[in-house]
Order: sequence, then C-alpha cells, then structure tokens
Amino acid sequence: MQLIRQHKTWLNNLLVPVLSIVFGFIFGAILMVAFGYNPIIAYDAMISGVFASPYFIGEALRQATALTFTGLGFALAFKAGFFNIGIAGQALVGWVSAIWFALSFPDLPRILLVTLSLGVGAIIGALWASIAGFLRAYFGTSEVIVTIMLNYTALQLTNFLIRDVLSESGNTTESVGENASLSIGWLSTLTQSSRLNLGFFIAMAVVILYWIFMTRTTAGFEIRAVGLNPHASTYAGMSAEKNIILSMFLSGALAGLGGAIHGLGTFGNIFTQGGLPDIGFNGIAVALLGLSNPIGIFFSSILFGVLDIGAGFMPNRAGVPDEMADIVTSAIIFFVGANYIIRYFVDKRAAKKEAASSTKGGDV
Amino acid sequence: MPMSQSVIEMKGITKEFGTFRANDNIHLDLRKGEIHALLGENGAGKSTLMNILSGLLEPTSGEIKVNGNSVKISSPDVANELGIGMVHQHFMLVDKFTVTENIMLGREKSKFGYIDKKSAEKEIKELSDHYGLKVEPSSKVENITVGMQQRVEILKTLYRGADILIFDEPTGVLTPQEIEELMGIMRKLTDEGKSIILITHKLDEIKQVSNRCTVIRRGKSIDTVDVSITTQQELADMMVGRSVTFKVNKKPADPKETVLKVEQLTVKESRGYDAVKEISFEVKAGEILGIAGVDGNGQSELIQALSGLTKSSSGKVHLAGTDITNKKPRKITEAGLGHIPEDRQKYGLILPMTLEENISLQTYYQKPYSNHGFLNYKEIKVHAKRLIEEFDVRTPSEEHTAASLSGGNQQKAIIAREVDRDPALLIAAQPTRGLDVGAIEYIHKRLIELRDNGKAVLLMSYELDEVMNVSDRIAVMYDGKIIAIVNANETNESELGLLMAGVPIAEAKKKSDGKGKEKDAVDSTT
Repeated sequence: MQLIRQHKTWLNNLLVPVLSIVFGFIFGAILMVAFGYNPIIAYDAMISGVFASPYFIGEALRQATALTFTGLGFALAFKAGFFNIGIAGQALVGWVSAIWFALSFPDLPRILLVTLSLGVGAIIGALWASIAGFLRAYFGTSEVIVTIMLNYTALQLTNFLIRDVLSESGNTTESVGENASLSIGWLSTLTQSSRLNLGFFIAMAVVILYWIFMTRTTAGFEIRAVGLNPHASTYAGMSAEKNIILSMFLSGALAGLGGAIHGLGTFGNIFTQGGLPDIGFNGIAVALLGLSNPIGIFFSSILFGVLDIGAGFMPNRAGVPDEMADIVTSAIIFFVGANYIIRYFVDKRAAKKEAASSTKGGDV
Repeated sequence: MPMSQSVIEMKGITKEFGTFRANDNIHLDLRKGEIHALLGENGAGKSTLMNILSGLLEPTSGEIKVNGNSVKISSPDVANELGIGMVHQHFMLVDKFTVTENIMLGREKSKFGYIDKKSAEKEIKELSDHYGLKVEPSSKVENITVGMQQRVEILKTLYRGADILIFDEPTGVLTPQEIEELMGIMRKLTDEGKSIILITHKLDEIKQVSNRCTVIRRGKSIDTVDVSITTQQELADMMVGRSVTFKVNKKPADPKETVLKVEQLTVKESRGYDAVKEISFEVKAGEILGIAGVDGNGQSELIQALSGLTKSSSGKVHLAGTDITNKKPRKITEAGLGHIPEDRQKYGLILPMTLEENISLQTYYQKPYSNHGFLNYKEIKVHAKRLIEEFDVRTPSEEHTAASLSGGNQQKAIIAREVDRDPALLIAAQPTRGLDVGAIEYIHKRLIELRDNGKAVLLMSYELDEVMNVSDRIAVMYDGKIIAIVNANETNESELGLLMAGVPIAEAKKKSDGKGKEKDAVDSTT
C-alpha cells in the first residue's frame, strides 16, 4: 500500500511539469490561431524539423548540454534555500575564463588543456557566485539582489576583457586551438557534423554525480537539511554560514562549467555580448520544470533544446514569425513558473481521491 | 439556567477512511449553556468528530441534530449558518492586519463598494466589551500577546453569529494567568447562553470549567460523565483504558559530581535587552533540576544560550569539565549535551525529511552512519529501526516523513535521538507540551530513568505540576533571574506560584504556609 501511495505522489509530481508543457503548447496554439497562423503546421514544422535530421537532433542535444549544467546549478542552490538568479553571469565568467585559459596555453596536450580550461571555468564561476554566498552568510545580504547585480558586472567585465585584453579592440577573440576542442570525431560524423560534443557526456556524468552528492553524501544531506529547515539544522550542529557559501560555490561551479562547455564546445571563442546569455535564465526554467531533480533537469533541458532548435523551422516551413516561436517557449516557462496553480488542482484532485479511498485515517 | 435543552445531538456518528474507522458509532449531545469537554488521546478521533461538526468532513453514517432539527452539514459555510464556530488551536490570523481587519476577513462589510471598517470596529468593540474580552480592535495582531490573539479568534466566531463554540486545545500556548482568564471568558460565554465544546487532554482544566465530559477512545465514545462527581483519576483511566499513574514514582535523588555549571550568565534577547541576568546555578549528575516560571521570564533564552543557539553577552558555562561558553552547537553537543527543544517542529525535526534521517540528525556525520563523507543508509536504517522499537515510536515505517507522525510520536523520536547518544546532560524544554496523558507518563519515566543512570537533567516547563512531580530541585525564574532554588519535596504549589510572580522567597514561605493549609482545607471539602 505504501509503495502504491509513494508511486502515486510521484505520478502527481510528474503531472505538474507535464501539464505545464501541455498548457504552454495550447496557449501558443491559441495565439497562433488568433493571428491567423496554423498551429498544427507550425508545431509539425518544429518537431519534424528537429527529428528528421541527425544534424538537428545533435544541435538540440548540444543546446540541452549547457542547459543541463545551468539547470543543475540553479537547483543546487534552490535545494539549500537560495535563489541564485545569477546563473547567467556565472556561466558567462566561466565561458570567458575557459577561453582565456585555452588561448593562453595552446600547446598543452589536449587532455590536459581541456580539463584545465573547463576546471578554470568552473572555479571562476564558483568564486563569482561565492561573493553572493559570502555576503549572505556574514552580512545577511539578499543573494537575489547581489546575484542580479553581479550579472551585470559579469557582462561588462567580460566585454571589457574581450575588447581590451583578449583582442585589440575587436568584438571577438581568436578561436581556440585544436587541443582545446571538445568535438569528438565519431559524434560529429554521426550527427552530420553538428556541434554536439564531449560536453554532452560530461553533462550525463554530472547528472549522476549531482544525484550521488545530494542524496548520498553528508555535505548533500546538510544542504538539503538547511534548505528544508534552517533552524533545526543549526540546532543539529550544521553551520549555516558554511552551507550557504558551499551551496553557492557549487551552484556557481556548475554554471561556470556550463558556460565553459558552451564556449569551448559550441563556439570555440567568445564575442562581445549584448545581454546576458540565454542559457542562464533558461537554466532556471529548466530546473523548475525538472522539479530540481537531476533526471528531471536532464529531460527538461532536452525539451528546451528541441524547442530552441525547432523554433527555427517555424518561420520557413509554417510562416510563423520568430517572435511567435519565442512566445510559445515563454508560455511554457510561464506555466512552469505558475505551476503552483496547476499543483493546486492536482493536489485537490489527489486529496479528494485520498479521502475517498484512504486506508490510513489517523487523527484527521 | 435551563440546561436540559440539547443544541447539538450527534447520534451514531461513524466515519470510515477506507477500512479504518476514525469514528465508530459516537454519541455526543451538547446542552444549551454548558461547557462540554471532549476528552481523548491523540488519534482517538476527537478532531475527526469536530471536523464533521464543522463541515470539513462528511460522516459515513449517523445523524446530527441542531436545535432539534436534523441537518446535513455539507460545508463549513453550512456550519457557520447553523451557528457553529471553531476556535482553532493554531490561530488563523494575518499578523500585519489589525484585529478588526482580521475579524472582517471574508465577511467584509461594504458601503458603496468601500469597506466599512468603522461600523465593523464599533460592532467588534461592543462584542468585546459585552463578553469582557478587552480586545482593542485597532491594534495590529503582531503587537498583541498570544492570549489576546486567541480572543481575536473567539471574537471572530462571535462576529459571525456563532452560538456553539468549539475550542480546540485552547490552553496549549497560554501562560497560567492567560489560562485563568480564558476560563473566565468561557464561563461568561455560557452565562450569556452560548454552548461550548472544549477539546482537551488536560484533566485539571476539565475539572475546572466543564459541566460534562464525553470520553473517546479509539474512535468509540466510552461514556459521558458529570464532571463534578468524577475524579481526574477516573477520567484518565477512561481515556487511556487502563490505570494511569499520575504521581511519578521515583527514588530520592543521589546527586554526584557537577555536570553543568553556569556562572553569572547574561543573555540578550533579539531586541537587545537582557533576557537572562547574571544567572548562576549547577546541575549535578543523578539529579533533575526543574526550571519553573511564567513564559517569557528568560527561560527560552537561557536554554538557547546553553545549547549554543544564541550567544551570551557575559558569564561562563561549563559542561562536564569543558568550557562551552558561546561555543557552536555541535561543539556543545559533542561535549555531552542532549537537547529536547521547546519548539519541536521548528528546531527538533526537519518535518519533510524521513524519520530515519531525523533520527540521525545529530550523528549523520559520524561513523558508522557515514564514512569519508558518504552516508551509510544501511546503518542509518538499522539504527532508526532499533530506536523506533525501543522508544515505541508509532509509525508505519522509518521511511515516512517526520511530518506524518502525531505530536507524541514526533516527541518520542526526538527523545530517542537525544537520549540514545548517552549525553552527560539532557536539557528537556517543555517536553510534554501538547501531548496526551499516556505520552506524558512515558516521557516522565524516561527522564527519571536517565537520572537514575547517573545523568544530569535540566527540565524547563511552564506546567507547574510537571516541574513539581519530576524535578528534585526547582529553580524559579522571574524577570531573567533565578529568584530561588528550592527542594521539590519541601515546597508546594502556592509557594512556587508566589515565587513565579516575583515574591521574594522569605515572604513567599510565610504567605504560602497559611495559604497552603487553606487550600488543603478547600480541597478536602470538594
């Protein structure tokens, strides 16, 4: 009976994100109809566009790779009770520092250069996020405000570095050498030379490591405990300061690693940015859609990858403008954000069923 | 006062959840103008029955009559219309709103589309004066005491026209004085023709205010008795279904070496004034030191400072020979402190986590529960299972969340965790708050057992009976100071009562000598 019950709550949990997605698509369809477009053709273009060719499947997975990292980064801080809205900035400093490192030591052996470049990206992202963690731990500053501010600092700092340090007043840096490339020959061949790279496998490994860390280590236990009840955690001898800084550090490390993989794997360079990279904020949506569960995040980032790449087919094949495609994606994010409304109805339904068929009454 | 007329008759109420019968053929009749106590252990089915009466649940079978008419209470609104109002145990108030705004909430009066606060305020003021509630309608809820907040809840039901008031465990959060005042209010309400159902497991309160008492055990109504001719012992036996010992049986204490030594300790509270003022005392191995006092005289701050949850501003604390002054909670725990916190749900447990995780909350980082930073869930489970068995924590499994347990079982889990670590000193703050007689008896036994095993116990409680029955010595706190430390077997209730009110010891002794006898005389006539 207990197993069935747990199974049921699990299904209910899954129902919320699934309904968010469905509502997002329905809302997008209504909007398309309202403006005279055919949503069926548009969605068909989106889906078949991606899945008809190995190249676009590869590209969708490549896009999903970065989102997996930023999503996991957001989720980790979220589990500890912090809202790290600075994922975008942390990814950006990770990106620029990985490129910088790769350009500075082009002659290192490939395995070493790739490892070190990614490591530098992760550490810089981690330190960047730790600023907010440190201020929160010792001065009680809101991590939301500080990370928002650090986002803009990261943006301007990156652009300064690109123009004045990494190039001579240019808008892009040189491309990194062969030894810093993440591309894998057979994977590129398989996906008809898409930019899908080693990062995808690193992402899968990190999903598993994240799960092990959160559920099987004492450090992960502390982070979960502090997030669920900081008072009881302090009572039990856990250090609030340590856990705030640690969770922000790890959150930033994941974002920075995501940025580094995005930079080395997708572009091989960095160029001046007009705004914060999408992988940051979309990562937050991915984490919320995935219910902060690593497997959930993995699959929701694939969904976002498909949406992102698939949206590109809507203008040509269905005549739907780019903006409309963006609105569909945004609508899904909106319904994810508004999931408490959906949760309300799901819970209500579950409560009714429970009352009708429960075997465990207790003092209700 | 005509007491014969029944305002509520619940006949043969049965409520099934699947195969589980929460209520099994329960009978309850409430007469006009009476205070009718509903007594039962946690999980006996009191709340289910009251949820049926207030329209939150529908009975599987049975009949409800209100003022002689058969009714179907299908929703809380219907209950409201029938004049049934509930004063909840956990207040449902918006802190930032005024009393008036809170009472109006959901029943806003409007005039031309604007909220008519003035007339509501006037009406509330009148109600408050009429029943002697002394509530100021314009004050903000966050600025009034817990006792006042409860009166706001009472006013809320009256404002909505309730004639039948259900009080759900109303005294759990109140100080002795506030309890006294509440009793007065309840009597006043019934004098004015209201009828009251009082849900409680405190027997002395039942004796004090109620006319009749219906006892429920495992979903069945056992009996309805006239309170004036029933003793507390009889009520307790009926509730538990066996003979309960009230007087805690214990040998005289055999105090040994000093375990806790507090010297000149001063602790500031959150707003910055001194809550604990230069306190000094000792607790020895093999004794229970009780801390008595009215809520808010520095007891909570003292315990927070001893356990490392707040810093003290001056003074020294030694535990088992180690200086633990202003050390981190973990250092203090490792120096030999076990701590049953006052607020078990806020500090004692992480409710959404599983029972096994909660049981390992103080030891998860040690071997064998973890190794090189990796948790060993196998050991955690074995450990949890053993403690659940040993401390009789009632739960379907160790993988259930702490939130799913009843209050008594949550407390047992905390006690299991703290006692099992074999601490030199156990601080038990309000360890039996909100628990039923069976659980209280159990917890008291455990504390004394610990003492007999040569441990030191510091017991803080606002329940005078508890402090007197369990402790060997009693320190009375008043205004942040310990104004006296007395031996439990050489004092009496009235002496402690006077000390708790700040009367110096010499005077309290003199006064209580006379009073004590007077009180005995009164007792023997009843």
